[in-house]
Amino acid sequence: MMRGRDAGTVGVGRLVAAACARACARACAAVWVAVWVAVWVAACASPPRAGPREEATGRASARAERVLREFPAVSDFGRDLTTDQQVLQVLDRAAFGPRPGDVARVRRLGVDRWIAEQLTPDGIDDGAMDAFVARIPPDTAQSNGAADPRVVKVARAVASERQLQEVMVDFWENHFTVYAGKGRPMRDFLPAYDRDVIRPHALGHFRDLLGAVAKSPAMLFYLDNWRSGVRGLNENYGRELLELHTLGVDGGYTQADVIAVARALTGWSIDRPAQGGGFIFRPRLHDTGEKVLLGHHLAAGRGIADAEEVLDILARHPSTARFVALKLCERFVSDTPPPALVARTAATFTRTDGDLRQVVWTILTSPEFFSRAAYRAKVKSPFELVVSAVRALGGQPDSTRRSAQVIARLGEPVFGHQAPNGYPETGTSWMSTGAILARINFGQAAAAGRIPGASLDDWPAARILRTAPRAAQVDSVVGEILGGAASPDSRAILLSGGNPLDTGGGTPLRGLAQIVGLALGAPEFQRR
Amino acid sequence: MERRVFVRSGALALVTLGLSPRFLRRVVFAADLPAARRGKVLICLFQRGAADALNIVVPHGESAYYAMRPTIAIPRPARGTPSGAGTIDLDGFFGLHPALAPLLPLYAQRHLAIVHAVGSPSATRSHFDAQDYMESGTPDAKATPDGWLNRYLAAQGTCEAGRTRAPSTVSPFRAVALAPETPRILEGPAPTVAMSDLQEFSVRATGSQVERLEALYRTGSADIVHATGAESFEAVRMLRAANPQQYVPAVEYPRSPFGQRLQQIAQLIKADVGLEIAFTDVGGWDTHVNQGAATGQLAERLADFARGIAALVTDLGDRMADVAIVTMSEFGRMARENGNGGTDHGHAGAMFVLGGDVRGGRVYGRWPGLQPEQLFEGRDLARTTDFRAVFSELVSQHLGGAHLDAIFPGFSATERLGLV
Repeated sequence: MMRGRDAGTVGVGRLVAAACARACARACAAVWVAVWVAVWVAACASPPRAGPREEATGRASARAERVLREFPAVSDFGRDLTTDQQVLQVLDRAAFGPRPGDVARVRRLGVDRWIAEQLTPDGIDDGAMDAFVARIPPDTAQSNGAADPRVVKVARAVASERQLQEVMVDFWENHFTVYAGKGRPMRDFLPAYDRDVIRPHALGHFRDLLGAVAKSPAMLFYLDNWRSGVRGLNENYGRELLELHTLGVDGGYTQADVIAVARALTGWSIDRPAQGGGFIFRPRLHDTGEKVLLGHHLAAGRGIADAEEVLDILARHPSTARFVALKLCERFVSDTPPPALVARTAATFTRTDGDLRQVVWTILTSPEFFSRAAYRAKVKSPFELVVSAVRALGGQPDSTRRSAQVIARLGEPVFGHQAPNGYPETGTSWMSTGAILARINFGQAAAAGRIPGASLDDWPAARILRTAPRAAQVDSVVGEILGGAASPDSRAILLSGGNPLDTGGGTPLRGLAQIVGLALGAPEFQRR
Repeated sequence: MERRVFVRSGALALVTLGLSPRFLRRVVFAADLPAARRGKVLICLFQRGAADALNIVVPHGESAYYAMRPTIAIPRPARGTPSGAGTIDLDGFFGLHPALAPLLPLYAQRHLAIVHAVGSPSATRSHFDAQDYMESGTPDAKATPDGWLNRYLAAQGTCEAGRTRAPSTVSPFRAVALAPETPRILEGPAPTVAMSDLQEFSVRATGSQVERLEALYRTGSADIVHATGAESFEAVRMLRAANPQQYVPAVEYPRSPFGQRLQQIAQLIKADVGLEIAFTDVGGWDTHVNQGAATGQLAERLADFARGIAALVTDLGDRMADVAIVTMSEFGRMARENGNGGTDHGHAGAMFVLGGDVRGGRVYGRWPGLQPEQLFEGRDLARTTDFRAVFSELVSQHLGGAHLDAIFPGFSATERLGLV
């Protein structure tokens, strides 16, 4: 098998060369750097070779060992899955699927060390990704000159080294969903929502995340709180804050609690929304009366402290721990996660005061996560499907809107869910008759090179496979793209050769592209 | 997902891995147009987000209505001909929002009935719980696994037919949701189709590749991914044969997504693909801020809604004799306007029922009044009719369905409305 593309690259030749040069410089003589870069740039299509890679792995390994000590010790006792299956499980759940070479890399590093490293994203160099994002052209629809946040989100999911952070960003942007179509200013609020509100807190503390969301113009606008005042109470945000963001609908609150939260939030507003302004507290709009929330008395005569205390109460409420734990377990483990795991996860949430790194560690190192029942049990969301396909082919991030448009066509546009509950975490909702056709068609399009960034030419394995016998091609595709998970029946279908009766219109896929198209459209690729 | 496996098992047993094109083609023919019949059709339209019933079917005879809505009330009907700015009077007490003018002729011809103060016995003001209850048909019971439309389909033939007849005798298009995902109301054991657009409903690959793709989903695995895929291929073949898009609409539909979906429902009906239940939904009703009055945000939503439905009725023409359309929304909105020229979540709402066999031209249901002591929890329009009463009558009187106790467990209507 060919080695994968260097994990630290996003495939922009110049950037890659620069990053590669930096890595080399620490290990090699300057002359070697020059030679390396020259060779590398000359043979732009060929992936970087072992030298700097191994060095990087050595450093990563030491760092991973260090961060591992920040978490409670775990053993793999009780895990049903083989080591190789564990590797695939973490790459499918805590990342958006493996890129070529990822499986070998995680196996070398060790699954638990890889998880610990991913839970410490600041320690992972993502400079090439940041440089790529910085070069995405500004979106003409944004008055603030920012790039389209949908493009940024998809690109980072495809190519960021901080994969678990990106998974968590996707999770939280769905949990704290906002709708791009809400009205004119929303488009201006979205880049900061993704970049400054969700991303920095995605693996931080829940209370900080909740507070950042509560002060974000995007949420204040989406759920109408920016206009809510003592003489014009608007319950919208107050209700969804309880029902969808913290306690959950069965979390034990009443209509009176909804009103108390809405009153506490009066005055939390947006400074000059038409100009895309930031958070502002407007004391004159604030209801200063006494409030009672879930048995807590909030004294009269206060200002912004009212809702800060409300957020404290909600973030530490046991219902919130349970609700967030359940949703995270649904995302990472299965549509019906074992109650014992949800309970342990909620306990970690409470014990650590909502430290999301520790919460996610509890889930990702649990026997339930590495169980037969959970293995390949999740259906990929449209976002996961598209991103994982581009990654499987070793593809590049897309600086245009087209990848985001493909995801939208599959039924779940990024920032495109109108209602505040977000897209469902459970796969049965995604599997409709029409949806599966769109997925099959996506697989065909990707294999035919019609999806930006995902081209068979980028797939390292393709170079030697193009001329290989069909059986070898199928073996490679099943191993690399389907994680070895093809049923004997599926494998037989992939093996079936060209058909002389093929009279369909258009240009039929042939050879390797045909096999890859079948694999991406197969039921096995719909799962993670 | 046992049902899919069960219903499809006949075909699954036949189509194995041989990949012989001729063999596959035989299956194709077997699945061709199941005995097309012109049966009854029920079209369900969900207004997601809680539509403001009091500004849609306006109780202009209530002074309390005007007192509670100083800036957003729809003005009393103008004397003489209805003007664009005021309520369109129906019976001296209720009237339609002026943006609903396209529906007035249907009311006058007695094809449109209105049920007011209708809703759920559940007191929830959560959009998602209330939608869930309206779609499961079991208020306050969250564990119900299926939707009531699917229970109708299951009770009324699909599974029974599957047991005795070849699966191909049940049209894959018996129940269709024009939506990207299967809605809760259609979830359950009976097969259904969900699609956002007829145009997208095809496999874009060449002949033998399509056969291989299909075979991948027919490899006997019983999970939802395989089963859904297998159903899809069958439906694609049938749709290609029926070619609903050959039916050019007789009228122009609104260009909105809602209008386009209604047009496609009409095409499916005209193509005789065996459609019995159609569903689509339309959002934008959650008007917390600046909902407007005779014009504005809600008026624009209503204009699209009314134009779409009026176009559908005109387009279907004679076929409307067999068609009923029902509209629903998870709850109504507060009787009082809020401080932002909008309305917060409320309780009872209003439903429209249209069709050839509908006894239209009147507003059904007991009006509870809008005085403070008459309001639900002192703030919302009270509910006097259970939404299941409306659904039950459509199932039993329009579709001719039995098994109401299985479709709406625990519900028995105290009195018949007499809508159909």
